[in-house]
Amino acid sequence: MLTAEDKKLIQQVWGKLGGSEEDIGAETLWRMFNAYPPTKTYFPHFDLSQCSDQIRGHGKKVVAALGTAIKNLDNLSQALSELSNLHAYNLRVDPPRFSLQLLSQCLQVALAVRLGKEYTPEVHSAVDKFMSAVAAVLAEKYR
Amino acid sequence: MVHWSAEEKQLIASVWGKVNVEECGAEALARLLIVYPWTQRFFDNFGNLSSPTAIIGNPKVRAHGKKVLTSFGEAIKNLENLKVTYSKLSELHCDKLHVDPENFRLLGDILIIVLAAHFTKDFTPACQATWQKLVGVVAHALAHKYH
Repeated sequence: MLTAEDKKLIQQVWGKLGGSEEDIGAETLWRMFNAYPPTKTYFPHFDLSQCSDQIRGHGKKVVAALGTAIKNLDNLSQALSELSNLHAYNLRVDPPRFSLQLLSQCLQVALAVRLGKEYTPEVHSAVDKFMSAVAAVLAEKYR
Repeated sequence: MVHWSAEEKQLIASVWGKVNVEECGAEALARLLIVYPWTQRFFDNFGNLSSPTAIIGNPKVRAHGKKVLTSFGEAIKNLENLKVTYSKLSELHCDKLHVDPENFRLLGDILIIVLAAHFTKDFTPACQATWQKLVGVVAHALAHKYH
């Protein structure tokens, strides 16, 4: 469960990214495709070379959605409702509780690379919990 | 048998060569206990684990973290022979310690985040990919003797 302190830390971390959200999105996806090649199976229609426009574009979308979630931490279910429908009925990515772990890991590595020591155990914990909460909402309607 | 390319071996060695095993091990174990608090179930006799500060400063956590990462170093020296190298350790984790192998995956992922925070830009995507493979293989070897 996200505590008040967790929510504060998440918002702070996101605030520190100041404009580099697009880069982080692209890097996260690129790291995920490299570390977990099976995740590429969901993007046969993409140019998956490094810095491709499609990877940048999609990374930007993903990070924007996370940004929305962060602005609505008290109401994730409703804020992500459309995205939840999309994942359940359209995309049908392997239930987010598994796949989002891979995205979450790569996002956290991207954040840790940028924040270094500032990616403290407390921040790490808050972000990990947040990503779990997002995954749970995205998986809600799968069956 | 897992195959390691020359590049992968290089990426492993170059990172490992710069790791302070004691600091990194302590940090990884502390983060495991903080980020996934249910893992504290294995460490009832470690004393004060009541807050992140307590966990980070706990001498038993530091000592055990160092032990764990030192053992990880053995794995790195024996990449071609991991299942045999970890055979006894695997039996120990199953028969005596009763640790769900899922915890090895959790610790592996945490180790990677610790390395990322430490090495920052140098922890490239290629580096991460190799190390994710490594922690996966180590976790698999540790689980191999479970029954």
